[in-house]
Amino acid sequence: MNVEIDNKGFDRRAFVGAAGGLVLGAVTGWTLAASAPRVIEVVAKKFEFAPGEIRVARGEAVMLQFTAPEVPMGFNLADFNLRADIVPGKVTALPFTADKAGTFTFLCDVFCGSGHEDMSGTLVVT
Amino acid sequence: MSAFDRRQFLQLASVGGAVFMSGLPGFARAADAVPAMDDFYFVQLSDSHWGFEGAPNPDAHGTLPKAIASVNALERVPDFVIFTGDLTHTTDDPRERRKRLTEFRNIVSELKVKMVRFIPGEHDAALDNGKAFKEFFGATNYTFDHKGVHFIVLDNVSDPGAQLGDSQLAWLQDDLKQQATDARIVVFAHRPLFDLYPQWDWATRDGAKAVELLMPYRNVTVFYGHIHQEHHHMTGHIAHHSAKSLIFPLPVAGSQPKRTPLPWDPAQPYRGLGFREVEAEPRKAAYVITELPVQGA
Repeated sequence: MNVEIDNKGFDRRAFVGAAGGLVLGAVTGWTLAASAPRVIEVVAKKFEFAPGEIRVARGEAVMLQFTAPEVPMGFNLADFNLRADIVPGKVTALPFTADKAGTFTFLCDVFCGSGHEDMSGTLVVT
Repeated sequence: MSAFDRRQFLQLASVGGAVFMSGLPGFARAADAVPAMDDFYFVQLSDSHWGFEGAPNPDAHGTLPKAIASVNALERVPDFVIFTGDLTHTTDDPRERRKRLTEFRNIVSELKVKMVRFIPGEHDAALDNGKAFKEFFGATNYTFDHKGVHFIVLDNVSDPGAQLGDSQLAWLQDDLKQQATDARIVVFAHRPLFDLYPQWDWATRDGAKAVELLMPYRNVTVFYGHIHQEHHHMTGHIAHHSAKSLIFPLPVAGSQPKRTPLPWDPAQPYRGLGFREVEAEPRKAAYVITELPVQGA
């Protein structure tokens, strides 16, 4: 996906250069928009993640944004050595770029109640 | 374990199997240097999850009492018995937690063993930072010495994030400073201190720090629970042995998508459940492990 964005960026810049009529600010704004990671909001509640399946492309920069409306939770994606505490009342942002394809399990690693051990989800990287 | 199985096990051990032999340099001088060391054995029980109800164990109310009866029926009385956590199954209701702890304590009070020790699992302690457990069984981390072996009990469950924490690590460091580098050290914990399979939460977040503190000591063995199956692993010269459960077995790490209990098999009830004898030979810094089934299984 990164490659695709970069190519588009290059093409766009080439087009702008050829047209010669667009201001630099417009180009910069476009570039920023293109490189900003996709935000994926995840709610950690008793006793599931919503959504329970997260899909990303290999190499795609995303920003995982977690909230926990009830009690402290954890997010642990062990295959990528990625974890975070999720505290009620705060948004926990976790930048992430998957460098390998496959299906991976993530789980809550903060004991949160009677259904804690069933609280997991799936990351699909294509 | 049958007599044949036991011989087979010991044969396996002799070629580097599940029996742990450590501190061979210490062994060379142990006999003269530490005459107080006598052989003894203890019993480890784990993960009874009292209060659990469900298809993975239709005899959830009977398995723990059967295990206690099995221990009482052993030919020799062990020097002590230790329960390595998840004595009870978790509940969000603090009153129900205490009810389960009360029932558990009443059942295990039938043990005909003078010394019975307990450590919490996350099911007992994570939701109240060990408060209820302490009311019933005292401290969640402590040490004791027995016939030349220094036992260290670690609590990696009262923090819901499965951490020992800096304070406990400092306590461990201070305790270890009192020990000779060839001391016989046995560590009990609920969760593995190494990353067995973090994808299923089979780890302790700062467990590597404890292992690092233990590493200078030549004769260290760790016994733990949590994963509901026998497992043996080395971190350097330190052996880690997990015990079976008394409620339901869990699958081998990563062998299936979810960490769900293995189903109850009516043709082989109690399969995968049990407890273990550990014969400690302090002079050799050796521990011979024998897995035993629940009586009547």
